[in-house]
Amino acid sequence: MDATDTSHPDYYHRVVDCQWACPAHTDVPEYIRLIAQGLFTEAYLLNRQSNVFPAILGRVCDRPCEPACRRGRIESKPVAICRLKRVAADNRGDITGRLPPVPRLKNGKRIACIGAGCASLTVANDLLPLGYEVTIFEQYDRPGGLMRSNIPAFRLPEPVIDEEIGLILGMGVELRLGERIDSLGALIESGRFDAVFVGSGAPKGKELRLPGRDAAATNVHIGISWLESVAFGHVDRIGERVLIIGVGNTAMDCCRTSLRLGARTVRVIARKPRGFFKASPWELEDAEEENVEILVNRSPKAFMIENGRLAGMRFECMEYELDARGRIVAERVVGEQFLPADDVILAIGQENAFPWIERDIGIEFDKWNVPVVDAKTFQSTRPGVFFGGDAAFGPKNIIWAVEHGHQAAISIHRHCQGEPLTERLSPGVNLQSRKMGMHEWAYANDYAQIERRLMPHVSLKERFKKLNIEVELGFSAEQAAEEAQRCLNCDVQTVFGAKLCIECDACIDICPVDCLTITNNGPEAELRARLKAPAENLAQPLYVSAALPQTGRVMVKDEDLCVHCGLCAERCPTAAWDMQKSLLHWPHAEDEARALEQRKPKIA
Amino acid sequence: MTFIAKPKVTHPSLPQNALGLTRRAYEGALSTLCAGCGHDSITAAIVEACWGLSLEPQNLVKLSGIGCSSKTTAYFVSGAHGFNAVHGRMPSIATGANAANRRLSYIGVSGDGDTLSIGLGQFCHAIRRNLDMLYIIENNGVYGLTKGQFSASADIGSRAKRGETNRQPPIDPVLLALDLGAPFVARSFSGDKRQLVPLIEAGLKHRGFALIDVLSPCVTFNDHEGSTKSYAYTREHYEPAVRADFVPREQPITVDYAPGEARQIALHDGSRIVLRKIGAEYDPTDRAAAGAAVQARGGSGEYLTGLIYVDAADRHPEFHQVNATPEAPLNSLPFEQLSPGSPGLRKVLARYR
Repeated sequence: MDATDTSHPDYYHRVVDCQWACPAHTDVPEYIRLIAQGLFTEAYLLNRQSNVFPAILGRVCDRPCEPACRRGRIESKPVAICRLKRVAADNRGDITGRLPPVPRLKNGKRIACIGAGCASLTVANDLLPLGYEVTIFEQYDRPGGLMRSNIPAFRLPEPVIDEEIGLILGMGVELRLGERIDSLGALIESGRFDAVFVGSGAPKGKELRLPGRDAAATNVHIGISWLESVAFGHVDRIGERVLIIGVGNTAMDCCRTSLRLGARTVRVIARKPRGFFKASPWELEDAEEENVEILVNRSPKAFMIENGRLAGMRFECMEYELDARGRIVAERVVGEQFLPADDVILAIGQENAFPWIERDIGIEFDKWNVPVVDAKTFQSTRPGVFFGGDAAFGPKNIIWAVEHGHQAAISIHRHCQGEPLTERLSPGVNLQSRKMGMHEWAYANDYAQIERRLMPHVSLKERFKKLNIEVELGFSAEQAAEEAQRCLNCDVQTVFGAKLCIECDACIDICPVDCLTITNNGPEAELRARLKAPAENLAQPLYVSAALPQTGRVMVKDEDLCVHCGLCAERCPTAAWDMQKSLLHWPHAEDEARALEQRKPKIA
Repeated sequence: MTFIAKPKVTHPSLPQNALGLTRRAYEGALSTLCAGCGHDSITAAIVEACWGLSLEPQNLVKLSGIGCSSKTTAYFVSGAHGFNAVHGRMPSIATGANAANRRLSYIGVSGDGDTLSIGLGQFCHAIRRNLDMLYIIENNGVYGLTKGQFSASADIGSRAKRGETNRQPPIDPVLLALDLGAPFVARSFSGDKRQLVPLIEAGLKHRGFALIDVLSPCVTFNDHEGSTKSYAYTREHYEPAVRADFVPREQPITVDYAPGEARQIALHDGSRIVLRKIGAEYDPTDRAAAGAAVQARGGSGEYLTGLIYVDAADRHPEFHQVNATPEAPLNSLPFEQLSPGSPGLRKVLARYR
């Protein structure tokens, strides 16, 4: 293998698995260290730089960081990253005066954002400090988009939403509530805006066209619309027996909401076996804790009507054959079953809908009838019109929408400054040694053998009393302190200088997880097999050094299971190994603005 | 050294030996030697070998004298028996322990000072007695614990860190052992575990005295230019004589060797040493030739390494055969058998009247 090019910003970024997996590239290890030091406000602000809504995401993020967490590969459970984020939000102090200042003198450019959800709010958050005037149009009378309408209050309380949205609105957004945009063409034509950002979400729940659907209309609900009606107080009860069709996160919210509106038996119906569930494992866990029954291998066949009213649903009982990799290779119907129900909620997905965008204003739509959006710049085929969040590439989740917002803000800024959208700043990585002296490292490198802390919940007796009792109580101070110690500090990188190595084997002998080997170089597949511990996780890179001075062999490090304990550096007699903190620089609109400013000719 | 303990966390797919133990179960206390010390690598090789042999930790005895090297017995197999003897007197303790219980495996770790200066007489007599033990010399050519004076193994012309040149001839433990009739003599290097680990395994399984002289650079006092025991010098002047693989009893020899390429030497417990030649013809069963080869290379500053000599014909009776020690450990014998009693004692004394 060629010697690894660690100067490429991706190399060390990728070692920080959580940060690499996070769409917004939140600096997780750093904020966990801040929490460990009790610097909650700083931890919150660091979070806010990348993910804008730490208190909200600390409760309901889809947390792609956690399955990626290295700790999960070493033991079984990853660090409770999301819960720690909430700790920072729960305990933070006053941050007024610590948000980016918004200039009183505007730059004369006006931006329209459609929909007051997380994507539009992020765009506003990024552009207001640069002097832009941002107007957000929202069809409902409260901002927040799906964060408010689709996530039940027992998971995400309204005051939390209000506070974090308030921080952005407080920066001077012109918020036009109850103003639904019915024609994008007209908005553009008005000439009032220099750019338009569409962050209108994926507001349409999927329909299930089966016999009896129309006759049962009053008792069959579309999941996301039903949750919205509950959130806005239009619906406050449901029948005793409820069936939820679908087993994604919306289904989990629907079943748990039903229990709080008077349902006695709630069953979630899945077409496929458990391994195919779309819901996040923790949301499934929380629903099952509330005694929701999940029935697998049942495919909906018909809505059954009795006396002109919904009586239940008929299902085909399925059987699946799986191959060795767990994929379905064959399915067959082995019977039928009737399940009684007073109400049925359909939670089988959602899609974007753009009846309000004219098809002749230069915005191209693809064969699925969604606009063509550039994956990097988030610009549509009409310059100056940008998409982000679920409106861009279909339903994802909040953290993706936030990153879309950041990237779109960069594009909007470049667009308004007349700069090409594609020549954006590249990310960068900075390294700085953590060596403080003999045996002193500026980070906690002890491997803490602590199991993942469990989130305390409101008792099953209490939680159903009201719709908006938040079930998760948040970590206690002790839990937070212990959980923070579980972080492996993957951003404190093992940096190797081949020139200094005398091949004494000290690092290899001391490495607790056998991730180092000095050996003759070879092709990757062959090299992986003959390391001290075979490197079987192909998703994780090998580090290969330049040829070592004494024997010409190479130092190979399997990044997979390194616990960043720093013992290689501690044991190295020549400081060929060093522990250096990598700081990822992921550019946002303010960095673009600074860079553009520096390029301008100075007037003497 | 380091103050940071090696964390207990392990690679999840660490292999297990026949006892169901991973390599980590054979580790010891935190090493207090200098970072980069060759001795720590030898410790790691001993850990690897004991794990590979599936030794039950309680069946191993670790013995040492005084010096950096002699501290290392604390750093491997913490479940084993240990004895840290007076300077240079480890062979006496080994003799006593060995006489009392021949069922255990004995590993002595000593240094060039402990063996070749203060303990030279003890060392010679341990070889003469053909004690059933593995004796490892961690040889770095200096007294590291007392700030780097030349030891008895320092070569003529070798320079100390402060600049003095050594003008006294070295004592070569390998030549000494060959001369005194040791049945298993090897030389290796702390930086070559591929060679060292099988030698340790074979040395532990070999019946009688097994010596491995391991070049183990002192990273603090003897790893500079002008030193003949630095990492760089050793690598440049390193000549493996023969390749010795250790094959345990229960493991069949799976590799096909070309005829005439490999040669097997059976050990008493049924395990085997498979010898394969590297380059020039070398016969490790010819004591005189082995001595001559070591001497010739030594003259030109080269280190001949690997299994230098092994007594394939089993010519020398070992300690237990000579002394007719009981098969069972003394602590398991009944009192009546151990003690002659008053009448018996009187009989013995009568012989000297």
